[in-house]
Amino acid sequence: MIKGYLLAAFLGIVTIALVIIGTEWPMPSAVAYASGRSLMPSSSTPEAAVRNLGDEIQAQAWQKAYDSLANKAQLTEPEFVRDLHGAYPSLLTYATLANFDVRPLHSSDSEADIDLNLRWSTVVGPAASTRQLHVVKNGDRWQAEWPIVKEPTVPPQVIPVNYLRWDVIYRGPGDDWGAQDVEAPHIRIVDMHPVERAEGTVILGELLNEDVVPAYVTVTATLLSKNKTPLATEGSFDKISHLLLPKQVTPFFIKFPNVALSDVGSIRMAPVSSLIAASADPVIEIGNEQLHPVPDASLTGQLINQSGQIVNVAHVLGTFYDKSGQVVWVADQYIDHALLPQTPVPFQIHIPEDLAKNVSSQRTVVATYSSGGPQ
Amino acid sequence: MKFRLPFLLGGLAVATTQLAFAQGGSMRVPKTVEAGSAFSIQSTGSGQATLYIIGPAQVLKRNVQLGETTTFPAGSLYNAGRYLVVLTAAGASTESDSFDVVPATQPAKLSFLAKPSRLPVSLHDGITGAVYVFDPYGNLIAAPTPVSFELSSPAGTVQKRVVVTKDGAAWTGMDSTAQQGIDKFAARVGDVSSMRVVEQVPGDPCALKMSARQSGQQLQLATDPVRDCNGNAVPDGTIVTFTESYRGGQSTVDVPLKRGVAEVEMPVHSGATISVASGVVMGNQIGWEK
Repeated sequence: MIKGYLLAAFLGIVTIALVIIGTEWPMPSAVAYASGRSLMPSSSTPEAAVRNLGDEIQAQAWQKAYDSLANKAQLTEPEFVRDLHGAYPSLLTYATLANFDVRPLHSSDSEADIDLNLRWSTVVGPAASTRQLHVVKNGDRWQAEWPIVKEPTVPPQVIPVNYLRWDVIYRGPGDDWGAQDVEAPHIRIVDMHPVERAEGTVILGELLNEDVVPAYVTVTATLLSKNKTPLATEGSFDKISHLLLPKQVTPFFIKFPNVALSDVGSIRMAPVSSLIAASADPVIEIGNEQLHPVPDASLTGQLINQSGQIVNVAHVLGTFYDKSGQVVWVADQYIDHALLPQTPVPFQIHIPEDLAKNVSSQRTVVATYSSGGPQ
Repeated sequence: MKFRLPFLLGGLAVATTQLAFAQGGSMRVPKTVEAGSAFSIQSTGSGQATLYIIGPAQVLKRNVQLGETTTFPAGSLYNAGRYLVVLTAAGASTESDSFDVVPATQPAKLSFLAKPSRLPVSLHDGITGAVYVFDPYGNLIAAPTPVSFELSSPAGTVQKRVVVTKDGAAWTGMDSTAQQGIDKFAARVGDVSSMRVVEQVPGDPCALKMSARQSGQQLQLATDPVRDCNGNAVPDGTIVTFTESYRGGQSTVDVPLKRGVAEVEMPVHSGATISVASGVVMGNQIGWEK
């Protein structure tokens, strides 16, 4: 009986002690919940200020992020949000910031320059961008100046577009048994080349729509062992331009992880095409294409939308050839901003360094998607 | 009803199997009957009986007077196949026999498969046609029947073939002509015909040629009207690729044909080489000096 009283008294004393400790030396999260103040560490250093800004962008706390800026006079909060997510619907519109890091460039007592590397999660995979922030000291805290990139706006206008459009009427239930259906587009693989990489085997190639109608295309490959048993089957997924207009060529890239090329006896290719309603618009010029050698082997260039239609998502596919004209690599990049008419947008496609020395020429195609479906 | 018919057929089959040895041979049925035609069955004996005719998709039942001829009017049996005849009399023997209903000799319908519905011009044996010949009741006529195939182009050229059916089917191959357009592909048996259309489309561009003209800081590039090797205009929407290669760079534009030509503006670069292609067909090259 006495032991029970002692235990109760002990628990009461411990509880009171914990309450006192928690009140006098609270955890940061408790302070935030109790007072409504931020969980972020104070912006006592330039890096901390940029890191706080990154946290607020990640949390989509736009107002807090905007309030923390030093150059609020130069941009409004909606302009700040549009700068991050795009003024027109694009990949970034539906993206979230997965993570970020900061890289100090230089600093003094009153100002600093810091790179903020943003890594977004988009519907087609990760997308990275870097903003160089100038950070200034105001009193006892540092504040970042947001480097606003004002996206050009399209002036109100009417742009006549009279490119061809194809629609399809298939056979109906009322047609007799022998009645024809519309023929699927005729497509042909004009090049195919397996390559062994550290991560497995990849199949590179090019596909031609040799018909006079648009085609929706996919390519599937099956690797067969030397005794003709299937090893694996994979498709090109998005490493292809699915919509091919008449006489258009797309590269394709099929990846077989963890399959060694030495185990492969033969490859069975299955290109599939179907009719699709499509438009010959928009026309995209790929300008100023340049191959850069190692280090940072890449193909750079810019896309110029020559049509009046805003392209929400552009997918750039590069085909790289050696001196004999054989495909040595296929790579791609999604453009995270919308393509406005006559407005250049840069792109950069990276080339594996071990293959870059073999690249002699390249060919680039652009697949575009506008709101309402692929065009 | 679904349950009763198999039960009836099963019962009859068992009964006829048991009695056929003892009672068969006293009923006269035709060996063959043409689908849809009239026929008759002669029985012997006296009294009332029931006659069943059981086939692949039909069952007929008649109350008959034994010793008389039972007549079936035209159209009574129309599905080709083997039919079982069972004559049963109350309290007496059951007799059975069989006969074949064969397709009518007169064709009434053709199932015509023509492939493909769209193909390039000047393709040898590029078009195939297959015909199945049916009688008025949808029975496949297996007897050899001559089928006339005829492919006529808008220019008036006609290709003809006559093929005799084998086991009810006939097929042939035709060449696509040199001129684009909608061809009519007809199959005919007697007065019966069926028609399909085959679209002949231009082939790959031939002798693709472009010209260049400077306009300010832009180079206006335009192809001549794009035609295939037979002179057919390549359809609008076909992609033509312009590539401008200059020192340290390259520009590319995929342009669809519009009104037979492809036009584009590209920036002027002194010493640039401009090439044009469509699909796997290369056109001319232009070297540009300011």
